[in-house]
Amino acid sequence: MTAPLLSVKNLTIDYIGETNDFRAVDDVSFDVAPGEVFGLAGESGCGKSTIAFAISRLHRPPALIRKESAILLDGRNVLDLDHKGLADFRWREVAMVFQSAMNSLNPVLRIEQQFYDVLKTHKGISRAAARDRTAEMLRLVDISPDRMRDYPHQFSGGMRQRIVIAICLALDPRLIVMDEPTTALDVVVQREILQRINELRRKLGFAVLFITHDLGLMVQFCDRIGIMLAGKLVEQGTADTIYRTPEHDYTKKLWASFPSLHGGVLR
Amino acid sequence: MTGTSAPILTLDKVSKTFGNGPGAVRAARSISFSLHTGRALAVVGESGSGKTTCARIAMREYEPSEGRLLFKGKPIVSAGSKENAHYRRSVQMIFQDPFASLNPAHTIAYHLKRPLMLHRPDIKGAAIAEEIKALLRQVKLDPDIVAPKYPHELSGGQRQRVNIARALAAKPEVIVADEPTSMLDVSVRLGVLNLLSEMKREMNLGLLYITHDIATARYVAEDIAVMYAGQIVEWGNTGKVIDNPAHPYTKLLLSAVPDPDIRFDDPNAQVSASEADETRRRSAATQESIREVEPDHFVRAV
Repeated sequence: MTAPLLSVKNLTIDYIGETNDFRAVDDVSFDVAPGEVFGLAGESGCGKSTIAFAISRLHRPPALIRKESAILLDGRNVLDLDHKGLADFRWREVAMVFQSAMNSLNPVLRIEQQFYDVLKTHKGISRAAARDRTAEMLRLVDISPDRMRDYPHQFSGGMRQRIVIAICLALDPRLIVMDEPTTALDVVVQREILQRINELRRKLGFAVLFITHDLGLMVQFCDRIGIMLAGKLVEQGTADTIYRTPEHDYTKKLWASFPSLHGGVLR
Repeated sequence: MTGTSAPILTLDKVSKTFGNGPGAVRAARSISFSLHTGRALAVVGESGSGKTTCARIAMREYEPSEGRLLFKGKPIVSAGSKENAHYRRSVQMIFQDPFASLNPAHTIAYHLKRPLMLHRPDIKGAAIAEEIKALLRQVKLDPDIVAPKYPHELSGGQRQRVNIARALAAKPEVIVADEPTSMLDVSVRLGVLNLLSEMKREMNLGLLYITHDIATARYVAEDIAVMYAGQIVEWGNTGKVIDNPAHPYTKLLLSAVPDPDIRFDDPNAQVSASEADETRRRSAATQESIREVEPDHFVRAV
């Protein structure tokens, strides 16, 4: 493996409580190589979203990252960034897509304006240049550039999610953190979007940290997978290993809880 | 859908239109299906396909714009009658959201006591507490621990079990479950589905299982109906429909189901967005003619 793009080392995060603290992430370490799709799977409350937030430094008190933790992006510790460094780092280096990202578009601004906001803040480019870049990004996600003057409500949920992904890609980030990006969408739309992201990462070379609870989907999309249980990373390996020869009991149990389209039935 | 017994509940060419004029939405178009004792029918489709509208018509929350609802072969009569009260008791619902469907201000025992007092006048006094315990045991919860608790003290899976117990309290003949597991964690989903299925078998219930997850539909239901844009486009025996889909929309839906055996990089596994759009466009048109693919497997001609 080449030098990792993202290296999470001994990450420990507590939610500080009045009487006792809750350890949400417990000594988690993993690497993501450039261009790789790394998946984090686990149930709600296992800490996978807390990790996603910590990587973009979006965590807020009472979440506290313990001292021994490190999140290295290209060798630079994200946890040491100051305010200015952080502003440059977010979106330009690491972009993030949330679960209901289609609702994160501003309903009263045209799509074009929302691209312009990002491009102007980070690159300071002109309206005309921003428009060209917007058209290019929309084409990447199969949306006609003619529609950049439309408002978010004029698009379907899947299209809005694709627009959010296009905005994420506009600054050529090296890592995209996707926290259950397609959970609110139908399976067909989910497949279309993830397939597109898969093609784009082959073409553009960005890495993806993909978070979901759907193991089947994860094996289809990811190169490597980590399984989380109660804040701990209990197993990690290639998608094939996790699917065919899982080691940890919890991973086996997770697999057993998915009815397969061609597997056993109850009746 | 064929069944061995006489149907309990039948939707006969039911349509439901919301609004009027050019902006009207035909949420259900000429829907026909039957529920039989001891059998489950899964209605699958994407959001907006009309599956919840079907559930609500079966619950009589919506009056059909056209068509009839038959209960044990007889058309449903107007509200306020004795038959109507009987129908309300016999058809019970389990909702999607285990957090919103229980009253946060009342104990679990209270939630189960209400349907007992309303629908089971034969049970009185101390027998009520006994029946509450029996119901909780039936859904595999410990009555001594759970009965005095409030909803917020239970997990999502436990709450959904309480919802099932509440539905069973009325001694129903039909249970309508609208996405009963979609808000639960993956590790507890199967437990709830297994329980529903067990109740269906033991109490000879007719189960209408509404879901977007075709893999669980296969796991739970004997019969399946695939909906798109307000129409049932393909229906029949679950195994036959899933193993030998005939409608382009069913094929599209099946090809997109997450399957760990197929990697996205596999060129044969690609779902083409333009083809998918074309399939959706064609499937949305009204399709009148029906073709029998094989015994117990029907499809609408596109």
